[in-house]
Amino acid sequence: MSDHPLTFFGAALAARPSGALWWASERLLAVSDLHLGKSERMARRGGPLLPPYEGTDTLLRLDSEIAALAPRTVICLGDSFDDAEARLSEDEALWLARLMAGRRWIWIAGNHDPAPMETGGEHHAEWRAGALTFRHEPIAGATGEVAGHYHPKARLAGRSRPCFLVDAARIVMPAFGTYTGGLSCTAPDLRALMGDGALAVLTGPQALAVPLAAL
Amino acid sequence: MAPDLPAPFCDWFAARDWAPHAHQLALLDRADHPATLLVAPTGGGKTLAGFLPSLIEIAQNRHEGLHTLYISPLKALAADIRRNLTRPIDEMGLPIRVEDRSGDTRATAKRRQRADPPQILLTTPESLALLLSYPDAPRIFAGLSRVIVDEIHALAESKRGDQLMLCLARLQRLRPELRRVGLSATVEDPQAIARFLAPTGAAPDLIHADPGPDPDIAMLATEDPPPWAGGGGRYAIPAILDQVRRHRTTLIFHNTRAQAEIFFRDLWLANDDGLPIGIHHGSLARTQREKVEAAMAEGALRAVVCTGSLDLGIDWGDVDLVIQVGAPKNVKRLVQRIGRANHRYNAPSKALLVPANRFEVVECRAALEAVRAHDLDGDPRGPGPRDVLCQHILMAACSAPFAADDLFAEVTQAAPYATLSRAGFDACLDFVATGGYALRAYDRWQRLMQRDGLWQLRDPRAAQRIRMNLGTIVDSELVKVRLRGRGGAALGEIEEAFAATLSPGDTFLIGGEIVRYEGLREMTVEVSRDRGREPKIAVFSGTKFATSTQLSARILAMFGRPDWPDLPAHTRDWLATQRRLSRLPEPGRLLVESFPHEGREHLCIYGFAGRNAMQTLGLLLTRRMEEEGLAPLGFVSTDYAVLIWGLDPAPDPAALFDPARLRDGFETWLAGNAVMKRTFRSVAQIAGLIERNLPGLRKTGRQATFSTDILYDTLARHDPDHLLMQITREEAMRGLVDFGRIEEMLARTGGRIDSLRLARVTPLAAPLLLEAGRIPVEGLGRERLAAQEAAALMAAAGLAAPAATA
Repeated sequence: MSDHPLTFFGAALAARPSGALWWASERLLAVSDLHLGKSERMARRGGPLLPPYEGTDTLLRLDSEIAALAPRTVICLGDSFDDAEARLSEDEALWLARLMAGRRWIWIAGNHDPAPMETGGEHHAEWRAGALTFRHEPIAGATGEVAGHYHPKARLAGRSRPCFLVDAARIVMPAFGTYTGGLSCTAPDLRALMGDGALAVLTGPQALAVPLAAL
Repeated sequence: MAPDLPAPFCDWFAARDWAPHAHQLALLDRADHPATLLVAPTGGGKTLAGFLPSLIEIAQNRHEGLHTLYISPLKALAADIRRNLTRPIDEMGLPIRVEDRSGDTRATAKRRQRADPPQILLTTPESLALLLSYPDAPRIFAGLSRVIVDEIHALAESKRGDQLMLCLARLQRLRPELRRVGLSATVEDPQAIARFLAPTGAAPDLIHADPGPDPDIAMLATEDPPPWAGGGGRYAIPAILDQVRRHRTTLIFHNTRAQAEIFFRDLWLANDDGLPIGIHHGSLARTQREKVEAAMAEGALRAVVCTGSLDLGIDWGDVDLVIQVGAPKNVKRLVQRIGRANHRYNAPSKALLVPANRFEVVECRAALEAVRAHDLDGDPRGPGPRDVLCQHILMAACSAPFAADDLFAEVTQAAPYATLSRAGFDACLDFVATGGYALRAYDRWQRLMQRDGLWQLRDPRAAQRIRMNLGTIVDSELVKVRLRGRGGAALGEIEEAFAATLSPGDTFLIGGEIVRYEGLREMTVEVSRDRGREPKIAVFSGTKFATSTQLSARILAMFGRPDWPDLPAHTRDWLATQRRLSRLPEPGRLLVESFPHEGREHLCIYGFAGRNAMQTLGLLLTRRMEEEGLAPLGFVSTDYAVLIWGLDPAPDPAALFDPARLRDGFETWLAGNAVMKRTFRSVAQIAGLIERNLPGLRKTGRQATFSTDILYDTLARHDPDHLLMQITREEAMRGLVDFGRIEEMLARTGGRIDSLRLARVTPLAAPLLLEAGRIPVEGLGRERLAAQEAAALMAAAGLAAPAATA
């Protein structure tokens, strides 16, 4: 696994091939848009009964990042739960509790989960660390911002993969959850948000950086 | 002359100077049999034969309410039959109302039909399933006595037929005295179709009409040789126009819609006499198709460029020539298409074959010989697929609460499900009710629940969504195309994936005209007319059939001849050159060529196992090569060969074909490949896991594609034995994966592999380099290229190393 290193407002960060962001000096791991409980929400609303394994799958990948890096702090950048009624299964809840044990865990509010869930940890609308601000939805004109919300994806050599978008002012993170669609990084909303010289860092077997303008 | 017919019918025939055909009387004679199959060529009065017993029964007994249900695979056929039936009914003054019902019927007419059904209702399998899903189905079908299934040979090849037989079993339970008639074109195994039609345990009757004289069939002679690769038959346009001029009405068949569109345009560019020529295929708007059908019926057209949408049924009185462009892939389909030119019963049909490329010259020749030898092909289908059963259970739940025992008894009355085990049925019921997951997550949200021993919908409002998603035709996602402006005319549909590649100003072909893409609004592509430019080409996937086993064997046998005096000179030379520079494939051996070409290593395997199996072979071999570090980058497959390219040469190609290792690789490979995902997508839609249509909104196809892939991966990882995974495996093995034909190829060649290393591309391999539909291999080789491309883009932007921003 090879990371893509980023220096962002003086912080030495790494965009991980998994879609997580790692800040080594702070031992801080950030992930965005887990959307836990998505299949259950669809079933509850009378929709199709999708395979109920996406929570397990998302937690499995989060677990392996935590096992590899042993973070002191984990930040979930909003839309961690698909809606306010989302319930983890007992196994999943225990699993999450085990991941949370022994470290600081920060839930940022998202548009899908504006109110705190019964999960323990800290709940914040946004959270600052040094020059960086972690929030769910990017704010135009903000600087030093690490956000999620858009689920950006990029196409390289004929393949579309979730990606980070990085410019001088902000980082937009890919969605980490298993059942999450994506928005092409060439979409007008994202183009307008990102400044000149922005990079897309694609997730996958290895993190690959490409100038956004070249996509 | 026709002593068996009641007076008004006798008089009607006599007034026209007609005599009923022997098979029409035979069917009348067996009117009380529970199931009868009539096999007759086109133009043999097959439809009238099917309806005669009904007309007589209704006329004599003054039957009120629905008496006869006529089911055909095509909506257009129902409308056509209504016209043809109305004439004798009116002329004899019979008190019979005939109506058709399909997705195109207006909602008000549909409601009226449910309240007051006509005596004869003409419909499709999907519309019948929908009718049966209403709680008032027992009332609608209360007086039903006869069912006629037209073109049953076509239905029996697909899930539509399985669904239909489940629906007929349901009708039979409502009306135990129901009698069934099947109408079929010539097929290789009529007994199999008859058994398919009959309820479990009933002995079907079989009537053969006189097949008529042998067709007059030949290859079209052209001035220019066909191109090396590709399809479309553009080179033959002058010769084809010449034939159109010399005949009254010509049907020009193509294998895909895209080819039909391109050909139609090129044909018009060369149509200096302005001969009236139309186009007809399934992606054109209904009004467009109806215009062509009407013009055809009036005899106003000299030719129609068409696809499988005209394979069946509609009797175009005056067709005197059928031209097949592109190899027919399957002898049976060719014979049925040729039958379309049977304008007079007992006159030979006339047909011309136009190979679209050099290889197809050989294939057309082999097909021609097979037709002359009356050697039809066809593969028996396995038992009824369970995704169709899942949908049927959902449909049953929409109509009324049911007991599992009763529904099981009912579905096993349908021939395709006669051998269904109770455990197999229960697994489907469990899937429909709870999702059928190893993890019982949805007990609270089940779709079906049991109350007082009866299964019913948890949420009755779900019935509307279920009804919207009935049917087993899974098209690639299509978007409508219409002219810009208020009330702009609908032109047809294109694939969503193609629409997504268009930018404003791009042009493409539809319905034979060039249009300019203006924008996408509410899932409709808006276009304007644009004459001047070269069009991009509308991409319709259409169904690509694999060349049949029997036709492939004939081609291999032809290669073994010392010379080919029956083939055109250019093709003889081509084969002779291949024999000189390399060798020709032989029936009992496997030819493998390897050569460098344009900086890549190539491996060409002549397996002759049909398009699907050759694609699977490509996937399996590239996987083995990936494991051995040979960095394959991609492959392309045709019906006869697969061509693989990569960064490194394979040192010992023959070693790749060890059957044990291929089978081994197959098991592990099967889980993760794109063909499985595509198969899963259609299974998930039919079984009701994914909804195609939602009230009030249309899910975009791209989202559907995305989510089924992820769903597949998730199931494969966490619940690999899930019912839908089992169905997907069964299906893929028979269909897109077609591993059976790889086994057949391995058995046929028995390890006799001729591995040839050559300095350059060979004559037989060269066309593959031009073939479309290249499949990339996701692996080390590609990762190497992606990293190179990323580095190049970074370097071009002046960012040499992966470094910091800000």
